[in-house]
Amino acid sequence: MDAQAAAISITGLKVLRGKRLVLPGLDLLVPRGEVVGLLGPSGCGKSTLMRAIVGTQVISAGTVTVLGDTAGSAALRHRVGYMTQEASVYEDLPVADNLSYFAKIVGAPPAQVARVIERTDLGSEAKSMAADLSGGQRSRLSLAIALLGDPELLVLDEPTVGLDPVLRVALWELFAELAAEGTTLLVSSHVMDEATRCDSLLLMREGEIIARETPESLLARTGTDNAEDAFLALIRDAGQPGTSVAEPHVPKHRATGGTP
Amino acid sequence: MNIPRILATAARVLNQVRHDHRTLALLLLVPALLVGLVAWIFTDTPVFPRIGPAMIALFPFIVMFLVTSIATLRERRSGTLERLLSLPLGKADFIMGYALAFGLLSVLQTAIAVGFAVWVCGLEVAGNLGLLFAVAIADALLGTSLGLLASAFARSEFQVVQFMPAFVFPQILLGGIFLPRGELPQVLEDIGDWLPLSHAIDALNAVARDDQDAGYIWLRIGFVAAWILAAIAVGSMTLRRRTP
Repeated sequence: MDAQAAAISITGLKVLRGKRLVLPGLDLLVPRGEVVGLLGPSGCGKSTLMRAIVGTQVISAGTVTVLGDTAGSAALRHRVGYMTQEASVYEDLPVADNLSYFAKIVGAPPAQVARVIERTDLGSEAKSMAADLSGGQRSRLSLAIALLGDPELLVLDEPTVGLDPVLRVALWELFAELAAEGTTLLVSSHVMDEATRCDSLLLMREGEIIARETPESLLARTGTDNAEDAFLALIRDAGQPGTSVAEPHVPKHRATGGTP
Repeated sequence: MNIPRILATAARVLNQVRHDHRTLALLLLVPALLVGLVAWIFTDTPVFPRIGPAMIALFPFIVMFLVTSIATLRERRSGTLERLLSLPLGKADFIMGYALAFGLLSVLQTAIAVGFAVWVCGLEVAGNLGLLFAVAIADALLGTSLGLLASAFARSEFQVVQFMPAFVFPQILLGGIFLPRGELPQVLEDIGDWLPLSHAIDALNAVARDDQDAGYIWLRIGFVAAWILAAIAVGSMTLRRRTP
């Protein structure tokens, strides 16, 4: 799989925020049409990586290619949907008005507004002010905005935070549905038990991808029965917590790409 | 520049204000009431006819500066600006959308303030009332564009509110309201001559007294317009799609 065919192709990505080296040199290849889970403890660089992929992050070195174009290029702004960690919505506008505005910006037909409201189960709240929504509803509104314009790549930063289990399951079903329609989804989470719902997993720690594989092979390889234990096992194998995670247990080709 | 996106953004900003009734009322009525207060203070003195026109320049300018700088700061802090800039919205579209929305509001606001000053407070306008409107609207737009610019340098609400005295008070002090600019120390007079509010005040005074020709007034409106364009240009350069 080359950079043109991949949904996301990253080589040597280095990001400095302030004096902190958040991403020291990251390589990554994500194929199209999959739900890819980006997992790792908070502060490990998930959001920074996502911002680099959507092109809102200043990067120090490396190349980030998304759907065959340089990340953040004008041509990509129609093709990538991005949901930030905090719900980026206009609190002083009703749900439907928030969506109509963003629909006009991305050039989506007005009928899509009703469709994304339905897909994110916000029908009963369409006329409510965004400020009056619960945290979970607000993040679903933010997700609904990201769905407008049928983007080919969806970058979702912790979309299931603050949702009850029923809604969480419903959202993961929606993600699977979107992937079946050909959309690529990169979904971050620090809830490890969501991992098994992804087609493939990226495990991230201290700015590095320490594993890239399917949930099944991860569990089999670490001899565990859930993603949280698997993650802990990987870290244990890699050495003492706090030290840099070296490669021996994670073959380079796994970390950098190739469908497992 | 994309006209539909500019219009969509302006409509969205106006829609936000429309949902906030208290803001709308304050925006439209406060300048008029302040002009009325000044007129009342100077009842039976010859002062109001002299400073009344300057007040029409002052209050919409200050109100628009504050409202715009806080609105755009909110947009930066809520993450909606980052979201918009990851979408196919030009930076100029964003700024023009705001300028259009607040420009329209300032037309309404100025109409109320001028109407109140002339018909209720008895401010005598010897010159063309249409020109008075033109200057007052340019002035409110100046507040909007400087507000957009100021918000770029503010990281918090505390900071943005303090930019108001920093950006606005020197212009009031050097604009010739307290002391005619000709009587200021030479350096201050020179500085005052380059500040946009000074020219708006000169133009409003000229209209009220009708002691200059229309060319004099349009020249001053042009000067204010140049400041507006410069502030919008610099303001849009401070919008960054990529942030550290």
